[in-house]
Amino acid sequence: MSDATTSGVDERIKQQSRLRRALIRPELGGICGTIIVFLLFFIFAGDSGMFNAQGVMNWSVVSAQFMIIAVGACLLMIAGEFDLSVGSMIGFSGMMIAIFGVTLGWPIWMAITVTFVIALAIGWLNGIIVVRTGLPSFIVTLAFLFILRGFTIFLPQVIERKTIIGGIRDASEGDWMGALFGGKILGGVFTWMGEAGIIAVFERGTRAGQPVVDGVPMLIVWALVLVILGHILLTRTQFGNWIFASGGDAEAARNSGVPVNRVKISMFMLTAFCATVFATCQVMEFGSAGADRGLLKEFEAIIAVVIGGALLTGGYGSVIGAALGALIFGVVQQGLFFAGVESSLFRVFLGVILLGAVILNTYIRRIITGER
Amino acid sequence: MTEPIIQMKNIEKHFGSVIALAGVSVDVHPGECHCLLGDNGAGKSTFIKTMSGVHKPTHGEIYFEGAPLHFNDPRDAIAAGIATVHQHLAMIPLMSVSRNFFMGNEPIRKVGPLKLFDHDYANRVTMDEMRKMGINLRGPDQAVGTLSGGERQTVAIARAVHFGAKVLILDEPTSALGVRQTANVLATIDKVRKQGIAVVFITHNVRHALAVGDQFTVLNRGKTLGTAKRGEISPDELQDLMAGGQEMATLEGSLGGTV
Repeated sequence: MSDATTSGVDERIKQQSRLRRALIRPELGGICGTIIVFLLFFIFAGDSGMFNAQGVMNWSVVSAQFMIIAVGACLLMIAGEFDLSVGSMIGFSGMMIAIFGVTLGWPIWMAITVTFVIALAIGWLNGIIVVRTGLPSFIVTLAFLFILRGFTIFLPQVIERKTIIGGIRDASEGDWMGALFGGKILGGVFTWMGEAGIIAVFERGTRAGQPVVDGVPMLIVWALVLVILGHILLTRTQFGNWIFASGGDAEAARNSGVPVNRVKISMFMLTAFCATVFATCQVMEFGSAGADRGLLKEFEAIIAVVIGGALLTGGYGSVIGAALGALIFGVVQQGLFFAGVESSLFRVFLGVILLGAVILNTYIRRIITGER
Repeated sequence: MTEPIIQMKNIEKHFGSVIALAGVSVDVHPGECHCLLGDNGAGKSTFIKTMSGVHKPTHGEIYFEGAPLHFNDPRDAIAAGIATVHQHLAMIPLMSVSRNFFMGNEPIRKVGPLKLFDHDYANRVTMDEMRKMGINLRGPDQAVGTLSGGERQTVAIARAVHFGAKVLILDEPTSALGVRQTANVLATIDKVRKQGIAVVFITHNVRHALAVGDQFTVLNRGKTLGTAKRGEISPDELQDLMAGGQEMATLEGSLGGTV
């Protein structure tokens, strides 16, 4: 053998700089973006109430909503597919819960359980069509975007003669599964913090003396649990390796014995699951289901995932990155409001940051694969 | 002389009206490198696909370790210990070397009910196996995309050997490589052979074949022109056999014997 390979050091491999090594971590863009966004809002909206207890809870809830759908979209994108039906699935699932729980009068736990089963079945159907026909998931899920949205508008009109079904809060009163999605935890901690003067309390009214924030909504708990489980699944398990492999090169993965179809189908089901978690939390919070819920959420999920460093072509990305992308999303959306900026500019920001993130990701991929 | 680990007897393969293989017999012995030579369209690919279970022979028998064998699909062949390293490697450029190395065969570490990917073990084994093959990785988390073509071939070969291949089929591993990388791959073949694994090396480069081959079988238009042992045949004779003799001789004359 040659000297270069036996002496242990190949003279042609340059020592990689720390920066370059850090660059190939998918989360890098998300971490930098998060720091920049927080710095900017500290400077421009630091005294607007954005960083007091109520303000923090405000943007945390919005970010958590994005996180929930971003986890599913992220893992699916790494497995090499898209789901454009997320937003419609949110509307559809919420409507199903309302129809089962209010119109049909089922107990809420049953309404939620049956809705989850239906949603998973639709996710499975998405997946099976994509892997069996070999069609791009873009087209298949675009079809479901319209099919599900159509049913979400049609069903309540036929059944209740309206497009919003309310009364879910009454129906879910005292239901344990309702509380699992719509409840709050750590109320005691916040009461104590209010008493200790760490966070503000109401000065007047019926709730005088109670803290302005009375607990952590289950929405945030769901977001954190999904992010942590998603991250472990992706980076620490055998299945995670299969997700990367399926998205990186499905044919190569198949040749190596990876059950690519099973992986892709289960990721479609996970995306549907996440959309339904989102829908259930939303329905429990608002007390109603509307036919227009979840509009454009599929794109917001994809944008959060791309900001988080995932490649649109699959095979590369990070759940933590996607969660940071969702955090940036939520902080900016709510922060512009706190900073008194015209809220329509949020869309401009979205477009710009999406473009920036995609360009950065393409550059990073060139580094990883050694192309120049 | 050892017993052949795999015997292909009178293999015929027809695709509709096309006769891709018209009765080819080859014996492959453990610890030997059997070179399969032939020009484009000679039937090399069809032959090794039959050996690796992708195609079923139209006629003829395959004996593996002395017993007749019928593969239903490539999985059976892999389970029996016949591994194929394709021209298009089963490697994913965006993934790290260790993730690629264990793709489909991930080591599992159980933590309670969770089955976790044992990264420590995977990284250690990958570094060890690659070092044995003479490749020093920057780290097990280096992406396969940063490796050269020859190094990728070596990763694929090391992976097949690690997972217990008894017969290693290499489909033109040197065809797209530079001189230095080719030398590395040939050296890897030599290492694998010395571990007692039978290597079937497909190439149309006579010099690469002569560098590592123990036996040489030339295919031409779906037929075998016989198997020769190392030392029994000269490079010129091999070249002539591959090209079908006559035309090559004339061509060689006009090019001044440089081909």
